[in-house]
Amino acid sequence: MSTQTLTRPESPRIESNGKRASKRDGGFASKFTVNGLLILGSAYMVVPVLWLVFASTKNTADLYGTSAFSFGDFSLVDNIVNVAKQDGGVFFRWMANSVIYAGFGAVVGGLIAVMAGYAFDKFQFRWKDSLFGVVLVGVLIPNTATVLPMYMLASQVGLTNTMWAILIPVMCNPFGVYLARVYSAGYIPNETLEAARVDGAGPVRTFFSIGLPMIMPGFVTIGLFQFVGVWNNFMLPLVMLQNQQLMPVSVGISIWQGYAVPLPDFVPMVITGSMLSIVPLLAAFIMLQRFWKSGMTAGSVK
Amino acid sequence: MAIKAHTSMAPKKRTATGNSGRSAALFLTPFFAVFAVAMVAPVVYSIWLSFFSEQKSGLGFGASVTKFVGLENYVQVLQSETFVSGLVRLLMYCAMYIPLMVGGAVVFALLLDAGVARAKKLFQLLVFLPHAVPGVIAALIWAYLYTPGISPLVQVLASGGIQLNFLDAHLILPSVVNIAVWEWTGYNVIILFTALQAVPKEILEAARVDGAGEARLSLNIKLPLILPALSVIMLFTIIGTLQLFTEPTIIAKATNSITSTWVPNMWAYDAAFNRHNLNQAAAASIIIALLAAVLSFIVTRFSNKADKS
Repeated sequence: MSTQTLTRPESPRIESNGKRASKRDGGFASKFTVNGLLILGSAYMVVPVLWLVFASTKNTADLYGTSAFSFGDFSLVDNIVNVAKQDGGVFFRWMANSVIYAGFGAVVGGLIAVMAGYAFDKFQFRWKDSLFGVVLVGVLIPNTATVLPMYMLASQVGLTNTMWAILIPVMCNPFGVYLARVYSAGYIPNETLEAARVDGAGPVRTFFSIGLPMIMPGFVTIGLFQFVGVWNNFMLPLVMLQNQQLMPVSVGISIWQGYAVPLPDFVPMVITGSMLSIVPLLAAFIMLQRFWKSGMTAGSVK
Repeated sequence: MAIKAHTSMAPKKRTATGNSGRSAALFLTPFFAVFAVAMVAPVVYSIWLSFFSEQKSGLGFGASVTKFVGLENYVQVLQSETFVSGLVRLLMYCAMYIPLMVGGAVVFALLLDAGVARAKKLFQLLVFLPHAVPGVIAALIWAYLYTPGISPLVQVLASGGIQLNFLDAHLILPSVVNIAVWEWTGYNVIILFTALQAVPKEILEAARVDGAGEARLSLNIKLPLILPALSVIMLFTIIGTLQLFTEPTIIAKATNSITSTWVPNMWAYDAAFNRHNLNQAAAASIIIALLAAVLSFIVTRFSNKADKS
C-alpha cells in the first residue's frame, strides 16, 4: 500500500496513440517484428479456446480420430442434447445456480460495497482511517485461506450444503469497497451532495436519488468483477456443497470430468459443457468492455 | 495501491454535519456485518481450532475428547514431510510462474505500446480472452491439450520428433505453471498497457529528440514510469499464487503425478476432508494466510522504497 503515490500529481493522459504512432514510424523490420510477436502472443491466448470450440463439435470417435482444428461429423447439436439430458438436465440447474450466486454477489455485494465506499469518501467520522485499513487488510487475505475456516464455522451452525453457504460469503467484497471509494471521489461532486443537503434531503435519500445514479458506472464495474470472481470460484462451493442440485457449473463440470476418466463417452460432454459455461462470461465481457477496463485501471494506475 | 480519495479528508471539502457519524454508520454497517461473518469470524474460529486437538479415548472406540495443545498443530504441520514438500513445490512454482507471467505481460504491453504496433484494440481483446475462462475450465482445456491421443499439441511435437509427456512427474510443474501463465498474462497486459498510456507524451518526445530508439525508450523511460502498476501486479500475483488449488486439483484427475497434498492448499483440503483433522487443516490455513501477509508486507515495503528512490 504505497502512500507515496497519494501525492503524485495526475499525469496528463495521451488521448490517442494514433498520434504518437504517426509521428514516428519505424522501419519495416521493426514493424514486422513487433506485430509478429503480438500475433504470436495472441495466438497462444486464443488457440486453446478455439480448440475447445472445435472439440465441442465432435463425438468421442472424432475427438480421438480427426484433426483438432477441423469439423468431424459436426455433432455439436447431439453433444448439447446429451449435456441437456444427462441426470435429468442437471447441467442447466448448475448454470442457473452459477447465475444466482454470481448475480447475487454482483448486485447485493456490489451495493453493499458501493455504500461503504461512498461513506468512506463522503462522510467524516471517527476511526475512519483505521476502519479503511481493516478493509485493505481484507483485500490482502487470501480467499482460499478463509474457505476451510468458513466451512468449519458453517458446519457448526448447520449452513453447509445450503445456498446460504455461498450467498453469505459472496456479499463480502473488500476490494469493491476500495474501488467504490475511488469511484465516489471521481464521479460524485461534493457540491451536488451539499446542494441536496441544503434542499433538505436526508443522507439516505441523497444517496439513493443522487449519489447512486452518479456512481452507476462504478457500481457496474464492481458488480462485473464480483460476478466473474464468483462464477470462477471453485474451492468454496467444492467444500460447502454436497447436493448436486445446489452446485455451480464449475464444480458440476469437475464431477463429470471425474466420470470421464473411466467412461470416455463423458469426454464430449465435459468439453461441450465447458464450452457452454464460458458463453455467458464471454458475452458479459464483450458487452461491458468499457467497465472492466476502467475497473482494472482504478485498481492499479490511479 | 494508492488511495486517491484522500482529497476528501481536507477540511474545506467536508460535507459533514453534526450527524455525519451516524449516517456513516448506516452506510458502513452492512459491509462490516458481512465482513465480520465471512472473514473475521472464520479466521478467529480457525485460530481457536488450531490450538486444540481431537483425541480418541479408550482404544479409539470412545467419544473423542477435545484437548488444548497450544502450538502443537503448527509444529506437526510444519514437520509434516508432505506439507513441507508441498511448500517447496509452491515456492518453485512461484519462481517459475512470477518471472514468466510478469515478464511476459511487461514485454507484451511494451510491444503493444510501441509506435509501430497495429490493431491495438483487437490485440487487447484477444489477450484478455483467457480471463473470461474460469480456472476450472482453463485447467480442463489444458488437461486435454496435454493428453496424448486427443491433443493437437502433443501430435505436432511428435511429428517433429519430440516426444513429450506433459503430465509426466518431471514436467507436471511447468505444465501447471503454463496454465496459470495462460490465465493471467493477458489480464496484466491490460493493466500495464493502461499505465503506459498515462506516461506523459512530453517525456517520450524529449527522449526521442535526444536520439533514443524504441527499445531504449521502452527500457529506460517507460519501464521505470510503470513501476507503481508493476508493484501492484506483483502484490496481487503473490497473493493469488499462494492460493494455488483449482488447477492442480483438476489436473490431478488426469494424472497420478499430482498427489492429494501437492501444494499447501491441497494439503489443508486433504487434512479436512480425507484425514478428518480439522485442527490441522485450520493450522495449515493460518500458516498460508501468514505467509501471504509476510510476503505482501515485503512487496509493499520494497515497492515503497522503489517509489521513493
